Amino acid sequence: MGGGETEAPDPGAGGGDMSLKIVDTPQTGAGHRRNPGFPLDLDWVGRVRMNRSALERRASTIGARRSVKKDYQLAWLLKAVSLMDLTTLNSDDTPGRVQRLCAKARNPIRADLVEAMGVGHLGITPAAVCVYHNFVATAVKALEGTNIPVAAVSTAFPHGLTPLKIRLAEIEASVADGAREIDIVIERGMVLNGDWQGLYDQVKAMRAACGDAHIKTILGTGELATLTNVAKASLVCMLAGADFIKTSTGKEKSNATLPVSLAMIRMIRWFYEETGIEIGYKPAGGISKAKDALTYMALIREELGRAWLEPHLFRFGASSLLTDIERQIEHGVTGHYAADYRFAVA
Amino acid sequence: MSKVAEIFQSLDYGTAPEAAGPANDWLDRHGRRFGHFIDGAFTAPGEGFASTNPATGEELAQITAGTPEDVDAAVRAAREAFAGWAALSGFERAKYLYAIARQIQKESRLFSVLETLDNGKPIRESRDSDIPLAVRHFYHHAGWAQHRDRSFPGHVPYGVCGQVIPWNFPLLMLAWKIAPALAAGNTVVLKPAEFTSLTALLFAQICQRIGLPKGVVNIVTGAGETGEAIVNHKGIDKIAFTGSTEVGKIIRRATAGSGKGLSLELGGKSPFIVFDDADLDSAVEGLVDAIWFNQGQVCCAGSRLLVQESIEEKFIAKIKARMKTLRVGDPLDKSIDIGALVAPVQVERVLDLLKAGQAEGGEFHSVECEMPDKGCYVRPTLVTGISPAHTLASEEIFGPVLVAMNFRTPEEAVALANNTRYGLAASVWTENVNLALDIAPKIKAGVVWINSTNQFDAAVGFGGYRESGFGREGGREGMSAYLKPVWEKDLGPAPAITLPEPIEGGGNGGMDRTAKLYIGGKQARPDSGYASPVLAADGSHLGEVGEGNRKDIRNAVEAARAALGWASATAHNRSQILYYLGENLDYRRTEFAGRIASMTGASEDAARREVELSVQRLFAFAGWADKYDGAVHNAPVRMMAAAMVEPVGVLGIAAPAQSPLLGAIALLAPAIAMGNTAVLIPSEPYPLAMTDFYQVLQTSDVPAGVVNIVTGPATALARTLAEHDGVDGIWFAGSATDSAEIEKLSAGNVKQSWTTRGLAYDWADPVMEGDYLLAKATQIKNVWVPYGA
Repeated sequence: MGGGETEAPDPGAGGGDMSLKIVDTPQTGAGHRRNPGFPLDLDWVGRVRMNRSALERRASTIGARRSVKKDYQLAWLLKAVSLMDLTTLNSDDTPGRVQRLCAKARNPIRADLVEAMGVGHLGITPAAVCVYHNFVATAVKALEGTNIPVAAVSTAFPHGLTPLKIRLAEIEASVADGAREIDIVIERGMVLNGDWQGLYDQVKAMRAACGDAHIKTILGTGELATLTNVAKASLVCMLAGADFIKTSTGKEKSNATLPVSLAMIRMIRWFYEETGIEIGYKPAGGISKAKDALTYMALIREELGRAWLEPHLFRFGASSLLTDIERQIEHGVTGHYAADYRFAVA
Repeated sequence: MSKVAEIFQSLDYGTAPEAAGPANDWLDRHGRRFGHFIDGAFTAPGEGFASTNPATGEELAQITAGTPEDVDAAVRAAREAFAGWAALSGFERAKYLYAIARQIQKESRLFSVLETLDNGKPIRESRDSDIPLAVRHFYHHAGWAQHRDRSFPGHVPYGVCGQVIPWNFPLLMLAWKIAPALAAGNTVVLKPAEFTSLTALLFAQICQRIGLPKGVVNIVTGAGETGEAIVNHKGIDKIAFTGSTEVGKIIRRATAGSGKGLSLELGGKSPFIVFDDADLDSAVEGLVDAIWFNQGQVCCAGSRLLVQESIEEKFIAKIKARMKTLRVGDPLDKSIDIGALVAPVQVERVLDLLKAGQAEGGEFHSVECEMPDKGCYVRPTLVTGISPAHTLASEEIFGPVLVAMNFRTPEEAVALANNTRYGLAASVWTENVNLALDIAPKIKAGVVWINSTNQFDAAVGFGGYRESGFGREGGREGMSAYLKPVWEKDLGPAPAITLPEPIEGGGNGGMDRTAKLYIGGKQARPDSGYASPVLAADGSHLGEVGEGNRKDIRNAVEAARAALGWASATAHNRSQILYYLGENLDYRRTEFAGRIASMTGASEDAARREVELSVQRLFAFAGWADKYDGAVHNAPVRMMAAAMVEPVGVLGIAAPAQSPLLGAIALLAPAIAMGNTAVLIPSEPYPLAMTDFYQVLQTSDVPAGVVNIVTGPATALARTLAEHDGVDGIWFAGSATDSAEIEKLSAGNVKQSWTTRGLAYDWADPVMEGDYLLAKATQIKNVWVPYGA
């Protein structure tokens, strides 16, 4: 480590010393190959092992093993902003609320702070704005000229329990409205019952419905009972063509956690080793503090490598995280503590 | 481009240094010169040596080298403090231990930084591991202080404990030593390792601050000679040592015959076993914690990777990938995984071993990470393509070097795991609970971590098998190492036996009977081809016994080792056999009583009584066989820590000369009840009671080799047993001089020894039906089993 050199895991580990070295040029997604999907491999699914206690130990030390200070912290926090799906997913959302969120996406960090850090030229914005289908058109319009994609939660979010054809139609409607990313939810019951074929077929159909829009598969990890289930569901979704795997809707009783993340990103790593295809990861729900964001980023950097810390491979699903990051940035820039009312609300 | 913009691209970590200021201020306040802490006060700094920061080579402070006079003064202070300290109520002692815990907790950052400066370990480890564990140790033992008399009735503290600790976990090892000693009511003289005295001195200040009675804790700094002065001091009642096996053996020899209590926590070459159905990524992370924790300077480091051949290639690739993200550097940097080794001499040692290893072959893989340009750093290294015969596979390296070998079957994994003279710890990775719990008992080690590694807690005993030492630290088993039965303190000298002058005549009236030896379930002719006469009490000729020699002992030990499967017989089964032995002995009680009377001249009543007690004793331990069992400890993690009671292995037993039947049965019964196999040397003047016992053994379904009996010159035979590396423990009833020699010889493979030192143990005393000998016939293995789906 060090010297800006970063490592991606060896593709096809065990097959020799082939390794992908990316020196000083983090991927921007330009050369990224989209997941073409693969046949369902139940034997592979059967080989998945996740030891909860061991994952929890690793997860609990990551925050203590890596910390970033001063300018490093500022840069990492800015990166976190660029990896964010700025989200509003409330039953009382209105067009006005969504427009305000999009305005915040255009200017996520107060201009004086951007200037003080000398990062204006980076044009930092969140990676996407994430809304319900009914607000896709509103958001697309509000973000015109920014190149910030709109993501729509879809397929009977958050439960996923409506007729499949209705869910597929939902995807198509969102895509038609201009959504470039679709966050689908899986049927948790299929995982609990081990119906991998059923799950695979549904996700594959959804992927097809997405067309060019990228598909993030929300597993609802808080309802999958075991980390082994989480990992198997991750694999099945990836085989079915997921571009991202995502933890939660934010509506389950537990959302993104570090152990769950570890289980999922290790599956991403394994999938990459076997197929050479990089899948994105999106933890969502409950990440509201800048410190938590840094811990997640360190986890990704340690387990998947620097290359994964780019918007096409990692996202935070968050609503209140941005404000905390802004406060920490102001503290870092000025040396005094900040108050939330001094930042534009999303 | 602004710096922030640059980092935005690279996403490097930068540095996150912990400030050393407060620790340096503390050192400055003491003029960077320290004396000892004796009788509640610091002595003036004297001649000594520098304590340096291994990360930079800078001197931190001058430490005083303890002289024999210093040790003397410390022992005197501890002795004077002992009566008062031991007389305090449990609650009073608990309050002091609690106060120590609180104070260390409050000063935890200073302790952490000081530890890292002095030792070179990453601040993350001292902050998150060493210091919190030390605090926890004192909290836990505050409870033992209060509950000592309830939990250990009839037990008293040893008195003054001499404690010598290593440099790898300076404060934590101090806590492991001092907390149980004080809780039990002992006072202590402790010597920190010469490289790392500073946190012990800060600890001494805490003792002062909380008003710990003077002399209860004494800290004498110094190197090996100071340790030697402690070990050899006549005023010390118990020695506790953690360090190298080499020094442990020296201490065993030095204390032989002194009657000092002894616990040794020594080296290791612990296996880390990965089965093909493990969570491999988690196992890799476990390996990082196993071998790259504290730069690999951990006695229980998982330094020998045993990986199932079917996944070996894949697993090794994963390790190599993981090694690339290890960060080596300034130990005060919070984002560092691996800091500095403790001293240049250790770096040299590790590099020398690596060089020697390279000459023997193997593939060496080192991390190509950035390394600091000065300081005691060694690159994390993985060695593959070697076999157990390779030096690096058997020698304790005590550095960040992992060796890897493969296995094919669970059986082979166990064989390779046990193919070492050490037995401290093991780590077993599989998602199959049946396999895990099958392997754990088969590994000769005091600690087995399932799907985890380097887990420690005050409530869970830690300590080794084989040359990794004996005695436990932590938990109930650790407390018992600082207590002894009160009756043992009052034993007087054993009366001497007067042997009769041989007279002509006598004999058994016609049919010649010459007892042979009993080896592997059969009567065997002695190798010497000689027999010695056995005299009746009046000096007449009673019979003959085979004159056993070294080779007979060798054969007997081989038979005993072959019978070690006895340990995996069910406790119920062992119990049934002991009952059956009792039953069959009782059936022949008249004959045995007659035999005893004719040999010893005991009255008919006394002889009958001895047989009755022997039967009773067999019943007692038949009853114990399935009841002297383990516990599940309460560690503050989501794990079961199962303290399993396991036999020591092959026990060599030299029975007392007196009470020729009861004396032997008193020792044999607890030994085999717990699953040990035994080589017994019967009473030398009165051997026929036990040679008659052959037939009882043969009619009672005792499996061949579980009990082997070799008659002959008791001390000479015991000497051979004590020296034998295939004997795991030795019990010797005999004179003080012979006991000392046996203890000395037992150092060879660090076997557990118990000798009577010429004292008058009363074999008929009901106390001998209790757990006194059961504790000596067993060792505790703690198996940590995490759970959670």
